[in-house]
Amino acid sequence: MEKKLFGVAAIFTTPDDIINAASSTVKKGYTKYDVYTPYPVHGMDNAMKLKPSKLGYLTLGFGLTGTFIALFFMWWMMAMDYPMIIGGKPFFALPAFIPVTFEVTVLLATLATVIGMLTFFFYFPNNSHPVHDTSFMKKVSSDKYGVCIECADPKFELEGVKEFLTSVGGIEIEEIYYAVKTEQRIFDPKFITFLIGVAIATSGGIYFALNKLMYMEPFTWMQTQQKLSAQAETKFFTDKFSMRPKIAGTVARGFIPYEYKGLALPPVEIVNPSVPDEKNLALGKKKYLTFCSPCHGNHGDGDSRLRGQFPNPPSLHSLKVREWNDGNLYHIIVNGQNVMPSYESQINVAERWAIVNYIRVLQKAKNASPEEIEIARKEGK
Amino acid sequence: MKIDYSIEAPAIEGRLSLSQIEELIAKPLDSKPDKKFLLALSISGSALALGALCVLLTFYYGIGLWGNNQPVGWGFDIVNFVFWVGIGHAGTLISAILFLLRQKWRTGIARFAEAMTIFAVMTAGLFPALHTGRPWLDGYLLPYPNQHNLWVNFTSPLLWDVFAVSTYFTVSLVFWYVGLIPDFASLRDRTTSKIKKVIYSIFSLGWRHSHRNWQHYEKAYMLLAGFATPLVLSVHTIVSFDFAVSIMPGWHATIFPPYFVAGAIFSGFAMVVTVLIFVRKIFDLEHIITVNHLEKMNKVILATGMMVGYAYAMEFFIAWYSGNPIEQFVFINRAFGPYYWAYWIMVSCNVIFPQLFWIRKFRRNIPLMFVISIFVNIGMWFERFVITVTSLHRDFLPSSWGYYTPTLYDIGILIGSFGLFFTLVILFTKALPVVSISEIKAVADGAQPSHHGEGGH
Repeated sequence: MEKKLFGVAAIFTTPDDIINAASSTVKKGYTKYDVYTPYPVHGMDNAMKLKPSKLGYLTLGFGLTGTFIALFFMWWMMAMDYPMIIGGKPFFALPAFIPVTFEVTVLLATLATVIGMLTFFFYFPNNSHPVHDTSFMKKVSSDKYGVCIECADPKFELEGVKEFLTSVGGIEIEEIYYAVKTEQRIFDPKFITFLIGVAIATSGGIYFALNKLMYMEPFTWMQTQQKLSAQAETKFFTDKFSMRPKIAGTVARGFIPYEYKGLALPPVEIVNPSVPDEKNLALGKKKYLTFCSPCHGNHGDGDSRLRGQFPNPPSLHSLKVREWNDGNLYHIIVNGQNVMPSYESQINVAERWAIVNYIRVLQKAKNASPEEIEIARKEGK
Repeated sequence: MKIDYSIEAPAIEGRLSLSQIEELIAKPLDSKPDKKFLLALSISGSALALGALCVLLTFYYGIGLWGNNQPVGWGFDIVNFVFWVGIGHAGTLISAILFLLRQKWRTGIARFAEAMTIFAVMTAGLFPALHTGRPWLDGYLLPYPNQHNLWVNFTSPLLWDVFAVSTYFTVSLVFWYVGLIPDFASLRDRTTSKIKKVIYSIFSLGWRHSHRNWQHYEKAYMLLAGFATPLVLSVHTIVSFDFAVSIMPGWHATIFPPYFVAGAIFSGFAMVVTVLIFVRKIFDLEHIITVNHLEKMNKVILATGMMVGYAYAMEFFIAWYSGNPIEQFVFINRAFGPYYWAYWIMVSCNVIFPQLFWIRKFRRNIPLMFVISIFVNIGMWFERFVITVTSLHRDFLPSSWGYYTPTLYDIGILIGSFGLFFTLVILFTKALPVVSISEIKAVADGAQPSHHGEGGH
């Protein structure tokens, strides 16, 4: 591999020597040079005529960014996106937001200072700098001090620099070389394989954690609680039902017992007490769609999703049903008929009459005369 | 014994050369672990294993295994959390506040104290995580956009704690790592092992002791110290808010933030003294971690111990002065109620024993300071126990009073937390330089130029 000269380095043994060497180097007019010391030597900034570090601006900028990000997001989350009154505080409770604002400010400022310093000021990580692995580096890393004048300097001239370094008291003058790199290590198959391996391990691990691990015990114990759940078998009651029948002899609100329970037809005509206004019909529609439509269909045609899997439920538009009085329909809701079970325990009295009213609406819609349709159109409804 | 306190004692005793310093500090890293090391590691490892078992069982069966239940909902878990966070504070105080105050003696102990900070905060962090009951759901503690459309409650001190402790851990870790970079570079250049060289190279990031880098580095170190100082005060302030922002008598007190911060420094310094006594002996660092350093730390222990004692007295005074009978009851109950034993352990360990440090002979007596530092650790653990448990066990409603007793799992996890902390400390002493090589070199005799360059300062 081709080797190129990076610069010439000299070792100094005392802090006074290195300060002197640094200021001489500046006086001589060299600009591309660096001083190497195992610890920061006081007075070196002056000797090297370095400008004050600008790192503080980075810290200030990111610190303030942290302040504003924290305040803005807390305002947005707590006062705009999901406002909730907590402890009688205003939505934008500034005193209560100060701790988090402070922490975010400090966090962002410190991370920015360190990451910014390492990357933008030092260009780290850089383990392939020419001075690494030289005997010069080994010494300045331990207990010696050194100056390295680089050949990138416009005044660089090999013999002249060596002479100069010796004249200011430098010992162990060393020429530092570096190898010219030709291949791009980033496309190295080993590196690519490593990257793919990391990607598979990371995504596989996350997939396993979120989709498998979270569905194992004990992570699922919140789902398997010792409680009764509807439709599930239980060991607590002897009949193994989780859902309990009502206690004998009690009457629930709105469920006044029906006096002709069990008879095929009511012996007298029962009068519909409800008025089919908009509210009542909306209730009837809701209850019809919940309890009746699974068999009788959404429009009462008996064409529900159960057709074919069950004795076919009858249409509610047959002449027989249309000619029944309201009391008859009510009676069947309470009593059931053929395969239809009683809905006495699920639907209360008012809802039963609302369903009857809604069935009448469905029947009218299917069997209206042309004149009635004309009137409905004119009314615009 | 005559000591002239008007002269600053040298940071390093004896005239060690720079390479001798480096040799001394790097020696534990180059030698094979000896029997003493393995013995210590096996003891702390056993404690850690016991704790891990208890945590695992807690993880599986839930926190019903613990002793806390109504009315004492915060038991050992919160006591341990506050205790360990407090231990951490000494490290940041030494590394950041004493740095800003230009205290040269801090260089010998700063690295070690910072490491203890990180390990203590790691240990502390376990407890709130376990306390939530389902630690695998702790992601909900962070504000992130989610399908529930819910945000965390930014007005809650518990949420401030999440931010404070995680920021504190991150900043401490970064601060510590920044200090380690030049040391990694020195180790890289002196090691003969190929594997170690690769590891040190990676962590040194290619540091080359260039003064153009040192200039920014010193600036960054100062900025970090400047941030860590208010941060360390904010962390224990916010931890105290967990109690003080509630309306519980015994918790609802404005004295809590300074009282907690002083207590944290008190307990942290005691722990640092406890550990350093061993470290300086085992690793032959008596020249770098000198008796003068320990004496200075004992002075801090004495001062903060008095502050804590003042806070104990002031709590009683305010309870009487407020004229609030419930407040008065809580404090009388604290000292003479069912938990009187915990209260008096706290007072004697924290206020009475450290008074011995008024005498110079005792401040410089290593066996005695070891015993007192252990007492302070015990006392400060009991302080958190007293604050947490005695305030809760008898609140406004006498019908819901109770008595908290920890279960074996609680005690196992407490032992395990010491196991975790000391295991990390022991591994650290063998894996990384326990004293900052570059900082110690900078304060050695003759390490700085006799005049400050051209123009001077």
